[in-house]
Amino acid sequence: MNLVDRFEFLPDLVNGDSDLLRRGQFLRLDFLVEIGAEPFRISVEAGHITLIRGPALLRSHCFSIAAGEDAWLAHWSEPPAPGWHDLFAMTKSGAAHIKGNLQPLMANLQYFKDVLAAPRFSG
Amino acid sequence: MAQIEAITGRYLNIKIEGRAQRLYFEEAGQGIPLVCLHTAGADGRQFRHLMCDAAVTEHYRVLAFDLPWHGKSNPPAGHQREEYQLTSAGFMAIIRAFIAALELDRPVVLGCSIGGRIVLHLALEHGAEFRALIGLEAAAAQQPWYDTSWLNRPDVHGGEVCAALISGLIAPQAPDESRHETLWQYKISGPGIFKGDLYFYRVEPDLSDRIGDIDTAVCPLYLLTGEYDFSCEPGDTLATAERIPGARVEIMKELGHFPMSEHPVQFRRYILPVLDEIRG
Repeated sequence: MNLVDRFEFLPDLVNGDSDLLRRGQFLRLDFLVEIGAEPFRISVEAGHITLIRGPALLRSHCFSIAAGEDAWLAHWSEPPAPGWHDLFAMTKSGAAHIKGNLQPLMANLQYFKDVLAAPRFSG
Repeated sequence: MAQIEAITGRYLNIKIEGRAQRLYFEEAGQGIPLVCLHTAGADGRQFRHLMCDAAVTEHYRVLAFDLPWHGKSNPPAGHQREEYQLTSAGFMAIIRAFIAALELDRPVVLGCSIGGRIVLHLALEHGAEFRALIGLEAAAAQQPWYDTSWLNRPDVHGGEVCAALISGLIAPQAPDESRHETLWQYKISGPGIFKGDLYFYRVEPDLSDRIGDIDTAVCPLYLLTGEYDFSCEPGDTLATAERIPGARVEIMKELGHFPMSEHPVQFRRYILPVLDEIRG
């Protein structure tokens, strides 16, 4: 399974995790994840997520997190190598970019970090 | 089975820079004084494993105080009308006042993160007062990786965001229990304290221009940095060590920014040889 296909299983990983659902219970927003050129729109509703692959024309989102395929692959390695183990390590090095309204991201930072690291533990 | 640890905690009432402070400190062991300085936004409990390690406490009297405003050291009277900001001069004054009050004779000082940075200041300005200095996750300069204004504002929970930010500085190999104990210390920190600690780190001039003046013949200097630390990156520490003749440097595998608390077993592999060498 390639990396992008693997990401499509993210809702299964998140919506079955009672701890993530508890921590995300006050969240309701859409954000964008880009894996290379492939965009994924993720809607969060009380911690549950739904995912739409591909461009969503004229739909707004709160913030976006973008990185190349190799960067996400490194982030999801187990264990990840130094510099690839955390989203902010990747933004510091320029391997990832975060844009938009960051307040909801920062107010729920561990939730979003854990959601986006979930493929690391999915085999 | 119930077990009481060897650590004892006491309060020291002391004037520092003319201001009354009530410092909480813990200690264990006997021998060479080893004063431990915690990271920004945390407290001295980060060193509890070192204090319960017989290989350390057999030869060292390990002490760790909570900086004012941290842990069980209250903010000073009148704090309610101030924004907390730690300066390098103020930090050094606290350390030296603590050492003088307890009449510690040429202690070893081990500091992590901001504690590691201040160790470099101590080496520059007061090296002769110490038997050796150990900087964990320390460098003369390092690049910022986030905007510290996120750390204390009404629409973001300070404890949660501090912990979530620094969670990435812990190595993936850290045991889960130790990882979350380390994070807990950030969740319970007072409002704006982590941000205030970073003042001297982020706002005051760094040590780039002065670091080469450290004389390791006066006081030996050891620098140890975890390979997963992207705040003080291994390259930052190596670049610092290159400019200090005689400085000993090691990059620690499978460790991040909080070696003594995130993975105590892995950390002792690196710190015990250093402590053995220092006592000779």
